[in-house]
Amino acid sequence: MFMRTRQNIFQDIDWVMILIYFTLISFGWISIYAATFDEEHREILDMTQNHGKQMMWIGLGLIIALTILLLDHQFFETFAYVIYGFSVFLLLTVLFAGSEIKGAQSWFVLGPVSFQPSELAKYGTALALAKYLKTYGHKFKELKTKFYALGIIFLPAVFIMLQPDVGSMLVFVALLIVLYRQGLSGGIFILGFVAIFLFVIALFMKRITWEITEETVIQGSTIFLAILTISAGGFYYLFRKYKGSLIIVLGTLLASIGYYFSVDFVFDNILKPHHQNRINELLGIVSDPLGAGYNVHQSKIAIGSGGFTGKGFLQGTQTKFHFVPEQSTDFIFCSVGEEWGFIGSFVLVSLFVFLMSRIIWMAEKQRSVFTRIYGYCVAAILFIHFSINIGMAIGLAPVIGIPLPFFSYGGSSLWTFTVLLFTFIKLDSERKFVLR
Amino acid sequence: MSSHDQRKIVIIGAFIVVGLIFLFRLFQIQVIDKSYVSSADNQALRFVTKYPSRGIVYDRNGDILILNQAAYDLMVVPGQVENIDTNSLCHLLEIGMDEFISSMERARNYSSYRASIFKKQMTASEYARLAERLYQYPGFYGQKRSLRIYPDSVAAHVLGYIGEVNQGHLERDTFYRSGDFIGISGIEKQYEQVLRGLRGREVLMVDVHNTVQGKFESGDLDVEAQAGFNLESSIDLKIQKYGEQLMRNKKGSIVAIEPKTGEVLCLISSPSYDPNLLVGVKRAKNYTLLSSNDSLDPLFNRALMAKYPPGSIFKLIQSLIAVDEGVINENTGFTCNKRLVGCHNHPSAQNLREAIQMSCNPYYYQVFKRLINAGRAKSYFEDSALGLENWERQVKMFGLGKRLALDLPSLKSGNVPNVELYDRIYGHRRWAFSTIYSLSIGQGELEVVPLQMANLAATIANKGYYIDPHLIRNIQKSDSILSWEKYKTGIDKDHFEPIIEAMNWVVEKPGGTARKARIDGIAVCGKTGTAENPHGKDHSVFIAFAPMDDPKIAIAVYVENSGFGGTWAAPISSLLIEKYLTGAISDTAKQNRILRADLISLEDVYEN
Repeated sequence: MFMRTRQNIFQDIDWVMILIYFTLISFGWISIYAATFDEEHREILDMTQNHGKQMMWIGLGLIIALTILLLDHQFFETFAYVIYGFSVFLLLTVLFAGSEIKGAQSWFVLGPVSFQPSELAKYGTALALAKYLKTYGHKFKELKTKFYALGIIFLPAVFIMLQPDVGSMLVFVALLIVLYRQGLSGGIFILGFVAIFLFVIALFMKRITWEITEETVIQGSTIFLAILTISAGGFYYLFRKYKGSLIIVLGTLLASIGYYFSVDFVFDNILKPHHQNRINELLGIVSDPLGAGYNVHQSKIAIGSGGFTGKGFLQGTQTKFHFVPEQSTDFIFCSVGEEWGFIGSFVLVSLFVFLMSRIIWMAEKQRSVFTRIYGYCVAAILFIHFSINIGMAIGLAPVIGIPLPFFSYGGSSLWTFTVLLFTFIKLDSERKFVLR
Repeated sequence: MSSHDQRKIVIIGAFIVVGLIFLFRLFQIQVIDKSYVSSADNQALRFVTKYPSRGIVYDRNGDILILNQAAYDLMVVPGQVENIDTNSLCHLLEIGMDEFISSMERARNYSSYRASIFKKQMTASEYARLAERLYQYPGFYGQKRSLRIYPDSVAAHVLGYIGEVNQGHLERDTFYRSGDFIGISGIEKQYEQVLRGLRGREVLMVDVHNTVQGKFESGDLDVEAQAGFNLESSIDLKIQKYGEQLMRNKKGSIVAIEPKTGEVLCLISSPSYDPNLLVGVKRAKNYTLLSSNDSLDPLFNRALMAKYPPGSIFKLIQSLIAVDEGVINENTGFTCNKRLVGCHNHPSAQNLREAIQMSCNPYYYQVFKRLINAGRAKSYFEDSALGLENWERQVKMFGLGKRLALDLPSLKSGNVPNVELYDRIYGHRRWAFSTIYSLSIGQGELEVVPLQMANLAATIANKGYYIDPHLIRNIQKSDSILSWEKYKTGIDKDHFEPIIEAMNWVVEKPGGTARKARIDGIAVCGKTGTAENPHGKDHSVFIAFAPMDDPKIAIAVYVENSGFGGTWAAPISSLLIEKYLTGAISDTAKQNRILRADLISLEDVYEN
């Protein structure tokens, strides 16, 4: 084994990512300052205000980042399972001993400090998945390996679902992207899209009736099932020469019909009313700008009113005057959209896409499998947060409370992303010293 | 390319696709779709109209005729009303629950996020009671307005009144917005554009609880309201008020003019009303009462709109035209031949002065005959027509038969009969002097309004010219200067001397018809008239000016159904002249007789 001695901890660090990190947290802090701004609390370090506290979280976050850079790179791999195990233990404990905030039993509250174990679980799962796949990745074709890998992901996800915290749960689902890179069939995503598509169609069709005459009323479901059956017949005709095509086509048809009818059941009986409302609102099935649609309606007004160049720093009326709820946490993007306009939004979206793509690109350059897989995990987690948070702010995704990385107010979330990113930066800086 | 590389590209591709979808969507809602901007403004900005205060109107001595008083409209934004104690609000506003519900309904029908008036024109004290508790009722706020107040309750017909704009105003003039006030009659209407001022605007930011958070863009978009210009009227509040007192319980009108300037000193139509009755919310109700429930028709401005035969005062014009035409001179005398036309008992007039002093009807029959049949044509009929044509032209030079340029709306022109009129009535060449002789003494088809009578007095006082009578002499602090035209009668100044002297005799000399108009120490010139009234007692008229050497006031008083001109109209004139010139009344007996007189007998008003 050939080793070089390192000069200092900043050697071989990817300064581009550090720069993006600082750009994002600065832009984020400015947005929080603007969103909560009022004349009486102009002080940057006013600890009674979100912007003041966020400044403190950022400061502590930088200490954490520095600590990570000081750790030995072996630390992460060595303690991967320990951190994972500990986080799963906390997830279990929080179900019994945690505090309920906003309808989810997901917080430990110890005096002034509150902590969300699902944040640690994101980090732990990323490490554990990386370590597991480093060891068994070459056997990924085996069902057992896939099963364990999926197990590592879904164990915390199930506990989080029990809290219930849909937003955090989805973060774990996003880790499937990592498995896809490792060779998991892309079919799973296609299946996922088909399932979502059918779900949406079913919700719409349920409400459509087609009156031919006064007596003859055709239900939307009838039409849909007819189309489905006809297209199944068509598929069978096209592929009739292939062996077993009848069974596959019939099976798919029956599965689709079964799924179609189960949507009703799932929607009406399993989803909670506020979820039903949010989905209906998103799909435009129901319009209730003062009720379920209030958040998104206000959010779109705030962003839309920013125009091309924005209203200018501290000039946003919609966010500042509390028309947009959660304006410094989940809907922080509104502040950017309103005050910096399309230009600011463009910069923000581009920065995220660039950061995520750069992580993937750098992950692929790693000699260490652990680092590579960990990198994919970080990108996947950032991606799901980015997609859902901004998607919901502009009415493209259902309202799911999930923070915008580096932007949204809150220590837990800021530190999680800092730890996630700096661990990758640390691991990446060691790339020259690691053998495969 | 390995499958791993492909998948790397798929994943990075997915990132980019999501980013692009977001950017497209953002471009759509931020750049293409402008509706979000107005939605945001509607929510976060409150456009508060700053109403200008309407111009104040002063009299010629700086006393106030019209003033503003604060009133408040209670505004409501229905979409912001939530969790309010409706009962307590109803109690504060002194309205019933059903009224509350219907007002709310009306506001909501207009718009749920724009303000509309919930309760109109609350007085300052009513509003003060509400204001301290307004914070309990989100969605409600007060908007300051100003209402008119007439401190002395006089000159209703001159000053007019304002009211809220109606649909017609809104369509005709884009300046106005629903809820604005506009002058509807009188000076308020005539000088609307000067008085109204310019609305201002204040843009405030409000938060989600509708609490004001300060000025938008530091007030850069705010526009200060510009107050309307103040007007300086030529009216003398003192005599306007006094005249109205004298005319109490009498039907008729008084118009006084400063001859040299054409400034109207008072303009009274009786019966009148208190202009304060037509202010604010009570206007509609009171207007109905005044317009339909009062047979004396107090809203009717007799001074400008009531057309009367001038009667004997017209003899002044006849004299001037005749002397000017040369058909008589100041020494011409005629016998008082009562077979020509009726007359009272008096010695025959030896000259023009005596004819005026005694107001001899047959004398003017002769004068008018000479004016009409001056031998302009051989045919008697043709000659009469040509004579009348010339006469009509001359009469019109005195401002009769035309609308004077007074700065008030709804002014009548009266009528000076002409050839076409008689041709229409009797047929071409089917009439002659004998048909129209009653014009000689101001009867027949002649019609004048009291303003024209006062203007005639001013014209004689000026010895041959008049200036457009007007009520506003200055717009304070404004660039626009009011100018008024001077009209000449075309009659030689010297011809006025005997007329003016005779008019003085009318008042001063024994045998004059207006001895009751005499004032110690002031040389008054006047002429009585008694207009025949086929419907009842004759109308009493008197025109005058004083002092004789340097006339400061010309006046016409018309009292309906009061009989002979010297009995009522003459003393009223003299009282006003004295009051105006000296500020006091020397003969209180004369004053008390007038004040006590009730010439509107109840029998005339109500049918038994």
